[in-house]
Amino acid sequence: MAGGKGTGSFFKLAIVLVAILALGIGAFQPLLQAMKLGLDLRGGVYILLQAQSTPEHAVTGEDMTALERIMRDRVDQLGIAEPVIQREGSDRLIIQLAGVNNPEEAVKMIGKTALLEFKTSDGRVVVSGKDLKDARAVIDQQTREPEITLKFNAEGTKNFAETTQELVSSYSRGDPKRHIAIYLDNQLLTNPHVDEAIPSGEAVIRGGFASFEEAANLAALLRGGALPVPVQIIERRAVGPTLGADSLAKSKTAIIVGLVLIALFMLIFYRLPGIVANFSLIIYALIVLAVLWSLKATLTLPGIAGLLLSVGMAVDANIIIYERLKEELRNGKTLRAAVDAGFKRAFTTIFDANATTVLAALVLYFLGSGTVRGFAVTLSMGIITSMFTAITLTRFLLHLVIGVPAFQKLWLYGVKESQIPVAARGEI
Amino acid sequence: MNFNFDFVRRRKWWYALSLLIIIPGLIAMVLNWPSPLNFGIDFTGGNIIQVQFDQPVTASQVREVLGGLNLGNSSIQAAGNNEFLIRTTEINEEQTDQVISALRDKLGQLDLKRNEKVGATIGRELTIKGIEAMAIAWVLMVIYITIRFEFLSGLAAILALIHDVLVTVGLFAIFRWEVDSTFVAAILTIIGYSINDTIVIFDRIRENLRLRRKETIEELVNRSINQTLTRSINTVLTVIIALLALMLLGGETTRTFALAMLIGTISGAYSSIFTASPIWIELRIFSRERHRQAASKAATKAKTRKATSH
Repeated sequence: MAGGKGTGSFFKLAIVLVAILALGIGAFQPLLQAMKLGLDLRGGVYILLQAQSTPEHAVTGEDMTALERIMRDRVDQLGIAEPVIQREGSDRLIIQLAGVNNPEEAVKMIGKTALLEFKTSDGRVVVSGKDLKDARAVIDQQTREPEITLKFNAEGTKNFAETTQELVSSYSRGDPKRHIAIYLDNQLLTNPHVDEAIPSGEAVIRGGFASFEEAANLAALLRGGALPVPVQIIERRAVGPTLGADSLAKSKTAIIVGLVLIALFMLIFYRLPGIVANFSLIIYALIVLAVLWSLKATLTLPGIAGLLLSVGMAVDANIIIYERLKEELRNGKTLRAAVDAGFKRAFTTIFDANATTVLAALVLYFLGSGTVRGFAVTLSMGIITSMFTAITLTRFLLHLVIGVPAFQKLWLYGVKESQIPVAARGEI
Repeated sequence: MNFNFDFVRRRKWWYALSLLIIIPGLIAMVLNWPSPLNFGIDFTGGNIIQVQFDQPVTASQVREVLGGLNLGNSSIQAAGNNEFLIRTTEINEEQTDQVISALRDKLGQLDLKRNEKVGATIGRELTIKGIEAMAIAWVLMVIYITIRFEFLSGLAAILALIHDVLVTVGLFAIFRWEVDSTFVAAILTIIGYSINDTIVIFDRIRENLRLRRKETIEELVNRSINQTLTRSINTVLTVIIALLALMLLGGETTRTFALAMLIGTISGAYSSIFTASPIWIELRIFSRERHRQAASKAATKAKTRKATSH
């Protein structure tokens, strides 16, 4: 470092590198922390519901709106924060519940049609769920058993009063026909005997509940109303919190080990430019995370795979440039001319090489299922960002580097003195 | 690094090596028809239950419990540490509950780690969408390559791509590794990525053709491959590092994906170095031969016409 100019460019380089490092260390953790994690990384349930048309009734848009509202209601009853409920196609509903402690409970409540019917022995429907005004779970004071008290609306009260009156007057006490059966989703809950006419519009479902919680859940379902159409769970992915945490930890290890190995590889093969590439990678990672964060993207396992893979592919741009650089140096070009030529001639190659991968990722995004979409997003974004950092930042840094006299030695670029034409020796 | 390998001369050997994997792969698929690959529940529909018991439990104990529920023919895979992956045919919510509570009652406390169900409709859709995606990706690649390269290079690149997909699918068929929805993602990424090396080498061939020295086409292609060899190998190495890290450390869920990608990437590097350019030479010789024949035919015709006109 003889000249003042050399020292100046050294300091400039040092400041830029320190700034990148500081940015990397400072912003990395908060960005990662702010990232929304998918169900596969923190546990939760993904449910795909299919509304089913019956011969009498085809599923309509209104049914789906009602279905969505009821599902939102049920999920709220479970006290789950930030549920994602969205329509898919004309007759499907996606429900995503993250961080549920008991996914089974959630699935149970979601899958129920909650069609409540009171039927006489000859199968006549007396009242149904839509005649309900309220449903509450209580503990019976005498038996200490959980039960559900029901209140009917005006029409329900009238029907119920009429039918009970009719049963009481038509059949003698103890007659099996003097019963009203209570069905939920066509399954018999209880079949109580009608002691006397009930004009008050109140009824009780008693017995058959294993716990108060079970009764409370059913009451909540009844309050929310029956589904307008029957639904079926056609896809369900429930990941327990332990598996989620395990996957998260494993992906972290894979990412760290992968990154360190790639950085070492670049350092060993490309020396000084390799270090430059590694600094570019820091910025690359920050940009990718920042974009993901601003898109409010959810990071999933396939998404992480896409990220790591994109880093592996990303350094490709640097490799293409550096191989060119070496070649130009061996052809006797000066360092500055070689760097410029390297970037200029490598650009089309880099573009070509990445365009096809992005094309494939786009196809995957538009046709892929939910799980692989995250992969398509992170992969294509990673590739585009890598191209950007390779042709802007790496170039800028490399120009700073070659301005420093101490960094103008050929071996720092992986080229031996003996490999370049005699005429060009000693004056790079 | 300066290399000087003669890739072109031994091309028959390279083709043979590729066929050594592709043909058994195809045979395995035919023999296993109608399930050429070991399709997982993502494609076939079905349930997966992953449980971990608090105390030592054996697979046969698990099977016994399942047998009691008429699910004795389910696949039970021990995953170490009293953990089991149970794959059943498609069962509904109540049956799933029964399985879990039966396991809990008979074998003790357990942690339900995963409980997945994929309906047969979803599986069919995935298959159809996967095939669609694959077809569209192919068409896009062909269009892209045709725009960027002349016809013969494009054809050679596409053949190399088919090679990579066949090698990947073939190995999965031979070893009956289970394929899930991420497999489709892997194949698509392979289609997109493995073309890279081929493009780089063809780019160099094109550049060298413009500044052609006194050399045969075989020599020129060899020179081009050797010039780009370090790049071809290094860029694949970084991807392989990333994939190995995923496969060995990233856990169960992304393993299939990483494995498929790994095979595809290695095959892609192989095909672009060893088979794509030789195939291009082959095609070039073939089409030149046809041109020459056509030309000489035309010439003889012209001659005879000339003769008669005299």
